[in-house]
Amino acid sequence: MNPLAVNIDNLTFGYPGNSSPLFSNFNLKIAEGERFGLFGPNGAGKTTLMNLMTGLLSASKGSIKLLGNEIKKYDTSINKLFGYIPNDLAFYQELNATENLEFFGAWSGLKRKEIKTRTNELLGILGMAEVRNVPVKKFSDGMKRRVNLAIGVIQNSKILFLDEPTVGVDVQTRFAIINYLKELNKNGTTLIYTSHQLSEAEGLCNKVALLDEGKIIAHDDLNVLLTRYSQEGLECLFLNLTGKNYRNL
Amino acid sequence: MFKLWATIIKDIRILTRDKVWIGFMFGMPILLVLIVTSIQNSTFELINKNKISLLICNRDTGRISAEFIEYVDKIGMFKLEQVPKDQSEKLITSLMHTREALLAMIIPADFSVKINAKSKIVAGKALHTFGLEADTVDVNAANMQPVTLLYKPVLQESFRRSIEGALYSALQLVESKQILKSLYFSINEKSLPLTLENELLNNRVAINEVPVSRDSSMTVPNASQHNVPAWTIFAMFFVVISLGCSIVREKLSGSFTRLKTLPTNYFVALLSKQLTYLLVTTVQAGVIFALGIWVLPFLGLPQLNMPADIAGLVIVTLICGMCAVSYAICIGVFAQTEEQANGFGSVSIVILAAIGGLMVPSFAMPESFTTIIKLSPLHWCLEAFYGLFLEGGKLKDVLTNILPLLIIIVSLQLITFFGLKVKKLI
Repeated sequence: MNPLAVNIDNLTFGYPGNSSPLFSNFNLKIAEGERFGLFGPNGAGKTTLMNLMTGLLSASKGSIKLLGNEIKKYDTSINKLFGYIPNDLAFYQELNATENLEFFGAWSGLKRKEIKTRTNELLGILGMAEVRNVPVKKFSDGMKRRVNLAIGVIQNSKILFLDEPTVGVDVQTRFAIINYLKELNKNGTTLIYTSHQLSEAEGLCNKVALLDEGKIIAHDDLNVLLTRYSQEGLECLFLNLTGKNYRNL
Repeated sequence: MFKLWATIIKDIRILTRDKVWIGFMFGMPILLVLIVTSIQNSTFELINKNKISLLICNRDTGRISAEFIEYVDKIGMFKLEQVPKDQSEKLITSLMHTREALLAMIIPADFSVKINAKSKIVAGKALHTFGLEADTVDVNAANMQPVTLLYKPVLQESFRRSIEGALYSALQLVESKQILKSLYFSINEKSLPLTLENELLNNRVAINEVPVSRDSSMTVPNASQHNVPAWTIFAMFFVVISLGCSIVREKLSGSFTRLKTLPTNYFVALLSKQLTYLLVTTVQAGVIFALGIWVLPFLGLPQLNMPADIAGLVIVTLICGMCAVSYAICIGVFAQTEEQANGFGSVSIVILAAIGGLMVPSFAMPESFTTIIKLSPLHWCLEAFYGLFLEGGKLKDVLTNILPLLIIIVSLQLITFFGLKVKKLI
């Protein structure tokens, strides 16, 4: 097994006011170089787990290590190790794509020259070189998603957290984004991905974990899991393991 | 430093691309200064230059009432218009409406006779105290009817009181003259000589009005000196709408969360916002002061006289700006939605401006307000600006106003810090 990108050990976390913790003695290991998919029904704890791994939330017990570094021992400097692409279009709509990348590049700790190089590179790869000076608010949803992705990868981190990065985009944009993510992975970036688009996930992830009510109910290579549970695809596997009832959370 | 610079550039770019915001932050205070200065200037002129119409119905035919009217005219406040003596009070009231007169005065028919009688009684009493014999006068003769003053309710009480005071002084002059004449006649059995009458009644001690200033300048404050600093402060504090909303927008859009996942402390973002908006408030002040110096005189309004201590003015402006920015950041951190930041921000600024003396001078406020006034940062900003603009003071003269401002700034920054901590934003 490759060295670990993420190592969650005996984690306990609960939201204030809830009677029982969402995660109790929770463990998860994600090896470097994996394209790891984290799936589960609404309220399963995917976003909470993502927020714990990115340091947005703090665990009450246990430890989370990114590339061997325990995150609670560091200040913001540990954030250099990972990039984060949130579900929200988290950038400034009044600015154009270049200006957004310049700003987030500076906050990612890049030097002026690096920012310029990375901005040109990313705008070219993601097909936005011609619209680089157009305010982002005038972009289509798909173009905005590409800007969101470009900001998350500008610092070229070893780990990339992706929270539903392709919501509301057309087939062409989804295809381009997934291909680009695979390209990043080939170059050594560990992808930690969550989505409800299971067909898309099937094409991207080589390792999956199914999460329900704060517990991992299945975790292995996708193909191994499909064979083990005699399922034809990820969606069938998902329904088989988590049931077909509504989740009102 | 590069991160801070990049953040400031980002904030300035976002600000300058919002044309509505620019109009609001600069257009609104310019309009306020122009409108309020014009209105207040015309109020000053109403009192100092324009005369108030006063209808006079003199039902008396004697000499003393004519003298009284002459003295009222000499006050210089009124444009007198006599109406026939047989007009009823009702008719005079309707005349006030048709002739747009704010005031009317009815002098009773026995005015001269009664004043004469009253003066003889007073003179008699005076002679009696000297041990001299006086003519016998019927004491009931002095029970005179009052002079009636009709006024339109639009006339503010303070203004009405000053009119009453002026009329009383004219009345007192008439009565004093009559008493003097009676006294003189009783003693000398001849009329008071005109020269002596003038000497006794008109040789009053003059009142020399001098504006109190710290730099001994004799510049008389005008509507611009009062209004330009006041509305500049108001405009500076209105950054609460833009800055408060900017923070809320960042929280709601997810940008704030994303910034927290980057290897930079969020304090850089807060510092950038403070510096950017401090720059905005300083530019606002510069634009409004420039308007006062160069534009107001073109519109026939008095020019703004800049204080002698320009360095002091810059420091006071920066401190006021910092106070406004700290307040706005605090609102932004605690507001959950843009509507909350907008609503609470703007209403609270209007309230703080009202209790701070921007709309009604603090000296005119009830005593119960003395503590509340001191809680408004706008009050201390205004006092500091007035110390420089109206009193000709230097920075050291307004330190007592700057100190509370610094305390307010530190308190607001601490509240913001605890707000960020409690809401787990840092």
